[in-house]
Amino acid sequence: MTGRIKGKRSLSLALAALTSLAAAITIACGPDSLEIPIETPITPKLDVSPFQRVLVAGFVAGGSEDVDANQETVRLLRSQLRTKSQLKVIDADVMPLLDIVQEQTKAAATPVIEEPAIVRENVPTPGGQGSTGQGSNGSGSSASAQPMALPKVIKEEKDLEPYERLFANTAYWKKIGEEYQNPLIVTGTVLFVPHTSSGFVQRDQEVMDNFGRRSVRPMRTYMERKGFILRPKFVFIDGRTGATMYSESYREEILYSAQQNTPALSSYFELMDRLVPNFLSALSNQKIKGTRVLLK
Amino acid sequence: MILRPVPLMTLAAIGLLLIAGPARADARHDAKAEVEFGIDVAQRGLWREAIYRWEKAVEIDPAYAAAFNDLAIAYEHEGQLQKARKAYDKALELDPNNTQIRQNYELFKEINDRTNQGKEKS
Repeated sequence: MTGRIKGKRSLSLALAALTSLAAAITIACGPDSLEIPIETPITPKLDVSPFQRVLVAGFVAGGSEDVDANQETVRLLRSQLRTKSQLKVIDADVMPLLDIVQEQTKAAATPVIEEPAIVRENVPTPGGQGSTGQGSNGSGSSASAQPMALPKVIKEEKDLEPYERLFANTAYWKKIGEEYQNPLIVTGTVLFVPHTSSGFVQRDQEVMDNFGRRSVRPMRTYMERKGFILRPKFVFIDGRTGATMYSESYREEILYSAQQNTPALSSYFELMDRLVPNFLSALSNQKIKGTRVLLK
Repeated sequence: MILRPVPLMTLAAIGLLLIAGPARADARHDAKAEVEFGIDVAQRGLWREAIYRWEKAVEIDPAYAAAFNDLAIAYEHEGQLQKARKAYDKALELDPNNTQIRQNYELFKEINDRTNQGKEKS
């Protein structure tokens, strides 16, 4: 009996000694990992070296009536380009592209149909307009030769499609380019629409046990949420030729609880804030900050 | 009891094992020294020197996952994203269950996927 107790004691002593030895070794050698901040440089997708100036012309915009997505997008991108790119930003009036396309259509003697639902049935699918950031380099002649009906009010993505022919109109953009001494032209479409969603959402909830200890547990709750979807498409046009150099599309959404009353404009800026680094990385060097773990 | 003579081949194999064991340990020891020096200089912002050290470490010990991980991070910091991906792949191949390497790789992928249309800096 005594021998067994002695044996147990010596075993626990040995274990304790081993644990302290391991701890001592760890302390002496230092930790095996180290978190370090890094900055990943990102080279621009576009070669903008032939340009000294950039013109953020305007956007075909629609969706929520609470935000003038054309004005706000132009203003935001110009201010970002002023501080984060080498190009000189041209201060010009924001182009009302929606009206411009409609005028061009009128001039081509195409009737403007006001009801978007009817229009969509008649609208042929525009060709060559990728949605995943693929560059499109269309010739304006074929697009303008094919008259398309235009919805006057843009409520959803399909309403924007007939307007996209403007970006393929090289003659028009060349003329704009000449007017502003051949800059890089930034244009595109912006759709900012209200959005509601309901369903089960996983949220962390703080719970207290019988001993008063707090812990966080994931809980699934049914929620009605509302928010906005932002779908911009940035089109980069060579002001010297009027041709599209590159275009990219994005989609961001934000949802709040139904009780929360967030102004549309602040949601717009929140969503644009997520996209601006991607936009800038198309034409200027960017550094993405982060941390990584170095190992020994 | 009859003592049979041990075949020469067996003796040679045992001898090789005895030599290879410490040799591997030596390689890891030397590579670890390079890795630690690399970490030291990287903390001071000398990433090119760190790359040199970690490249040397993986040359000395090509089975050292941590060295490949560190090298991948340094390549990432220098904008050499293709090289970074290769080094991460190798690190994960050597140590697939290492959560820290996996986490680094996931963060890298997020950036790399976002810029996959960008030009690679040589």
